[in-house]
Amino acid sequence: MFFKSKHLNSINAGHHKHTAGCATEVMPVPATVRISMSQNIGAPCQPLVKKGDTVFVGQKIGDTDAFLHVPVHSSVSGKVTGIESIRNAMGGTDTLVVIESDGQQTMDPGIKAPTVTNHKEFVDAVKASGLVGLGGATFPTWLKFNPRNMDGVKVLLINGAECEPFITSDHRTMLEDAQNVIDGALAVMKYLELDECYIGIEDNKPDAIENFNKMFAEQGLSSMHTFPLKASYPKGAERVLIYEVTGKTCDAGVLPADLGCIVSNVTSIAFLGQYLKDGIPLIKKRMTVDGDAVSEPKNIIAAIGTPVYDVIDFCGGYKTPPTKILMGGPMMGRAIFSDSMPIVKGNNAILAFSKEQAWIPEETACINCGRCHKACPFGLLPTGFADAYAAGNVERLNDLKVMQCMECGSCSFVCPAHRPLAFMNKLGKAMVREASTNGK
Amino acid sequence: MESNKIRYDNLTVSSSPHLVTSLDTTKTMLYVVAALFPAALMSIVYFGIPALIIILVCMISCVFFEWIYERLLGKANTVRDGSALVTGLILALNLPANLTHLGGIDYPAFMPILICILGSFVAIIVVKQIFGGLGRNFANPAIVARITLLVSFTSYMSTWPTTRFQRAEIEIMTGATPLAKLAEGSLATAPSLRDIFLGNIGGAMGETCALAILIGAIFLIAMKIISPIIPVSFVGTVFLFSLIYYAVSGNAPDGMSPLYMACFHVFAGGVMFGAVFCATDYVTSPVMDLGKVLFGIGCGLVTMIIRLFCSYPEGVSFAILFMNIMTPHLDSFAEDRFYGISKRKKEAAAAAAEKKA
Repeated sequence: MFFKSKHLNSINAGHHKHTAGCATEVMPVPATVRISMSQNIGAPCQPLVKKGDTVFVGQKIGDTDAFLHVPVHSSVSGKVTGIESIRNAMGGTDTLVVIESDGQQTMDPGIKAPTVTNHKEFVDAVKASGLVGLGGATFPTWLKFNPRNMDGVKVLLINGAECEPFITSDHRTMLEDAQNVIDGALAVMKYLELDECYIGIEDNKPDAIENFNKMFAEQGLSSMHTFPLKASYPKGAERVLIYEVTGKTCDAGVLPADLGCIVSNVTSIAFLGQYLKDGIPLIKKRMTVDGDAVSEPKNIIAAIGTPVYDVIDFCGGYKTPPTKILMGGPMMGRAIFSDSMPIVKGNNAILAFSKEQAWIPEETACINCGRCHKACPFGLLPTGFADAYAAGNVERLNDLKVMQCMECGSCSFVCPAHRPLAFMNKLGKAMVREASTNGK
Repeated sequence: MESNKIRYDNLTVSSSPHLVTSLDTTKTMLYVVAALFPAALMSIVYFGIPALIIILVCMISCVFFEWIYERLLGKANTVRDGSALVTGLILALNLPANLTHLGGIDYPAFMPILICILGSFVAIIVVKQIFGGLGRNFANPAIVARITLLVSFTSYMSTWPTTRFQRAEIEIMTGATPLAKLAEGSLATAPSLRDIFLGNIGGAMGETCALAILIGAIFLIAMKIISPIIPVSFVGTVFLFSLIYYAVSGNAPDGMSPLYMACFHVFAGGVMFGAVFCATDYVTSPVMDLGKVLFGIGCGLVTMIIRLFCSYPEGVSFAILFMNIMTPHLDSFAEDRFYGISKRKKEAAAAAAEKKA
């Protein structure tokens, strides 16, 4: 662009927010949970329990000494029946702790509201809670709250954009858990000594914006603001949100903290608000269950480790045989190959698509229309990446800044030739990474 | 408590996104056909049945050549994408509505039909399919076909039937275009701007009615099929160039203001049609905005240079072809500027040199 526009490019990917009006239902704890030890970006946990052990609700069952880590807790009380390993959606192998519920849901006696008086205790409490970025990226939150430039960080950006089609769980959180959001935000602002807080919400959720504005006024919170965003995809991407709210450009690899912001998903903040009151770690998750293969789309709160088929059964079972099941939204979510995969912390949706809804038209020839370039929030050139990847040209990939791609999928969405551009961007990024490791 | 319900463990997995737009290449092409409809309709209004016949012959033969080529070479059939249809229509609207007047040469009566079919052959087979089909051609098929016909059948291609309204006034069946008259220095009575804008002048079938082209342009821009950058920079360059040229040189024919001449150059020839429908062809124009601006300016400049200083009265086709060939360079220039490629390299080289020293 010749001039710096106030908004980054975005696309209209449709909203499909069918469940926006569905109040959250709490799903009963299933007979068996299978809790993954890899629920965050970074190192997987090592199981702390073994077959035959009895566990309580909220008991820590997995942890590790690695730097980038968060502990994992049991979501039920009962007996550990095994430690399994399964192939995950990314093709790797995850360790699962299988726990048979005794139906009692006995709390771990050690659970109590954490005592927090200073920043260090706050970070330790957040670490102990098992909280990860619940927008889907699952970055350990305690690390985010421990920036290297504490004094430079001034603003808390809460991400309530929820730009992914179909998903309404953040929307419901903002309506049903608004007080927890405020309490959590105030705690973060207090212990990190932040001046201001903005909650970015897409303008297709006017009730959530109004609700917050009313509560801020009632509680006299002059440092907290809502920030309406245009309802278009991908306004909820971290780097897009930072630009829209603060006008600062966040390149790939730059930490938001370096630009003076802490960015956190609204559901993470809501959890934090609740956790500081009762000390129950992250063992359940609100999610949207939708898609045309689901009988009764709804918002539910399910225990971490609940198999997807139990979630679907709770929503009336399959209406038609599913062809594709997604963990997360249709733009960035992961397709899972089996409905026995367990719910993880990062799940904000389970979408089951029938053959019709999952159908993606066949790829045709590129007509050089440039829609991918126009759709990209950062103005990248996906067709250039695809050509460079096909030619194995790492230099060209770097020239075109392939590493800036955040894999939002906008390019693939708008492509009239239905080329899998986002997929090729990922391959291109992998090629660059490989080349740089081999070069060293 | 295991239930007996069916479990699914062979679901489809694919990379995200799992949702795509419903706009595909076929729909894009049909939007272009729809945008060309007013111009095609006006050509039939002005020039009658011959215009309709030429449109049908070009469209059908373009589709046929696409189909037969892919069939003979055992390639996947792409007729359904509609691009051949668009090429045929654009080619037809670039031809004179001329089925009977053969420019004084004794051609057989069916010759114009053969010329149309030959044009379609050049467009689809020579320019598009030989280079790999849709998306692979480096020049606009319809433009190259028009140029081929122009240099092969010059007299046929520059014998322009008068419109039915002109014929009602004066009993002449063919006449030179205003641009040709201007080039010959015989533009004694200038046509009114209204006639030029509405298309009541001689010229290629679809090019004459600027109003119909504008309607198509607004439709395409509103539907976000094309970006306005190329048409605006193309037409703007033609307008400014001729305005300045006539103001400075004073070469305008008697009694005509530079402003009139600027409008004359924009509306009288193929500038409007070329700027909206030919120069915006995705495949043969740059992707990035800066490239598009340069492309449009280049088209305008070459057009005006040919019109004012060269022996051809009209230069839109040559200008677009010339800029088509420049497109890869414009693209890499725009990429370099946008992503700062050479700047970063220079900085890296300077840093490396500093380290050494």
